[in-house]
Amino acid sequence: MRKWSVLNGKKIGCVILAGITAVGLAACGGAAGTGSSAAGTINQKTVSTAAAAKTTAAAIKTTAAAAKTAAASGSVTCSGSSALLPLVQAAAEKYMKINAGVTIAANGGGSGTGLKQVSDGAVDIGDSDVFAEEKLDAALASALQDHKVCTVTMAAVVNKSLGVKNLTTQQLKDIFTGKVQNWKEVGGPDKGVMLITRPSSSGTRALFKKWALGGAEEADHSALETDDSGTLLQTVQDNDGAIGYVALSYLVNNDKVMGVAIDGVDPTLENTCSGKYKVWGFEHMYTKGEGSPAAKAFIDYMTGKDFASSIESMGYGIASKMTDAAVAAHK
Amino acid sequence: MLPLRHINKEMKNLSVKENIWKTAVVFSGLLIIVLTVSVGLFLFMKGTGTFVKYHHTVSEFLFSGEWNPTDSPTDSGGKVGAAVYIFGSVITCFLSLCIALPFSVAAAVFMTEISPKTGEKIFRPAVEIFVGIPSVIYGWTGLTVLVPFIKNIFHARMGGFSVLAASLVLAVMIFPTITTMSADAIRSVPGQYRTAAYGMGSTRWQMISRVVLPSAFPGIVTGIIFGLSRAFGEALAVAMVIGKTRAFPKGLLSPTSNLTAAIAADMGNTADGGEHNLALWSMALLLFLISIFFILVIHAVSGKDRKTA
Repeated sequence: MRKWSVLNGKKIGCVILAGITAVGLAACGGAAGTGSSAAGTINQKTVSTAAAAKTTAAAIKTTAAAAKTAAASGSVTCSGSSALLPLVQAAAEKYMKINAGVTIAANGGGSGTGLKQVSDGAVDIGDSDVFAEEKLDAALASALQDHKVCTVTMAAVVNKSLGVKNLTTQQLKDIFTGKVQNWKEVGGPDKGVMLITRPSSSGTRALFKKWALGGAEEADHSALETDDSGTLLQTVQDNDGAIGYVALSYLVNNDKVMGVAIDGVDPTLENTCSGKYKVWGFEHMYTKGEGSPAAKAFIDYMTGKDFASSIESMGYGIASKMTDAAVAAHK
Repeated sequence: MLPLRHINKEMKNLSVKENIWKTAVVFSGLLIIVLTVSVGLFLFMKGTGTFVKYHHTVSEFLFSGEWNPTDSPTDSGGKVGAAVYIFGSVITCFLSLCIALPFSVAAAVFMTEISPKTGEKIFRPAVEIFVGIPSVIYGWTGLTVLVPFIKNIFHARMGGFSVLAASLVLAVMIFPTITTMSADAIRSVPGQYRTAAYGMGSTRWQMISRVVLPSAFPGIVTGIIFGLSRAFGEALAVAMVIGKTRAFPKGLLSPTSNLTAAIAADMGNTADGGEHNLALWSMALLLFLISIFFILVIHAVSGKDRKTA
């Protein structure tokens, strides 16, 4: 009988839990209500301040920077690409220090989520590794405005002790499609290849597939899979024969793994800018239409001069530095 | 004697209080039911899209290992065979159960029959602490301790990420659930049964194996199913050690993937409403149906128990 009393106890527990949840939900609803109304007021304020700033700027010709600071109040939410997230977070931190009146909340969630949420109006900025047209209906995508905030360069990475420093495009293709199973076939030591790939919906993977593997599909059936660059690096670090790919930003300050040159071209920012190294892509920040003034001001800051050195020191590339040849080769 | 008026007032107060609480409890209960039903309906609407919108057959989804859905809002024509994921979930859960069950039942017998005092004072709290440990800790520990261990001992080809690692992590996770529920079931076996068994000349082992365990069997099964549903739904810890290779495992040491890991890996990136996205929802629906199935089994088993008790 005792067991039944225990189970009954659980039932009562469930009901109590239900009550708590209900109260909690009600409280959340209330809080969210006030929150959004507060945000509403802030946005209105922002608009009026922005308008005021513009007129002043036109009238007395104040510097553009001053007008920008005036426009920068309110709150900005962004979500999406996990490849871009570290940069957005760094930018948000710096930006909030300069503009005390602004709150920026940056979240990950993946490019698909970011694009959907900005399209739904759930966030102000949707971060994406890919063009919106690839993940959204044409009608929805055309309502979004693309801001190319930086470039990201992808590098194939191996363990330093493996001693493989250069691979031809064909060798890379053979490794990632599972044709080459041992490093000795491509001039390395007698060691099994341990392939690490990314989920098939990953923007990073789409980029690597298109520009490094010439569109060849990776061998999912014989590869480990992770979309977390930290885990990937750790696995490469722990296993001599492992190979995967990460954004260059993850190789800054890491001396246990190394990027592999492709056809003799090292994966560096300089080679990306000049167009010699092909495996790169734009990182996008999408706004719905023009976007809120606060969101626009934040994107302006990220693409502006003040933040440029941070972009490079974190291993991302400055979009405006790309040579015409590099951009043309990518079309 | 109190005046009648006063008693009436008292009664009124009581009934008002009772009504308020009754309404609160009924409302909360109904809310949970509404929530559960709407989650189910939502999953059903999303999850059937694969079959209704993109015209894949249920048997392709369940039994084909070919997984190559298109990821775009409009295109179709990919393959949505989720058999690798389903098999990965089933095999890891089954193995984890095989590993955990003997230890769980033995631990439950130890803390109830063999050493009830130590059991109650030390063993039980220790096991209950286990239940509350967040899964990320199990996963992380598995990743940093178990995976390298398997790699070094067995020289696994894919560096220790394997079915074995996933099953062991899951086994550790479900062990406390099965143990506590089995212990409850054993403790609820009436004392007369034991006395009667001893009276007929049984040894302690005979009493435990022939009388106590069979009587506690339905409770132990309930524990097993609770453990299984935890194992089936676990995403994080398994995803960290299973390797997420989309292939049927060739053995204990080869990596594979499972339903929860596959959903978690791709859900954020897929185009909303696309073939890939809806296929993931179908997998979520499948998980939901499996957990409902487990609950039904629990009800069937405990219903039988109630009749015999």
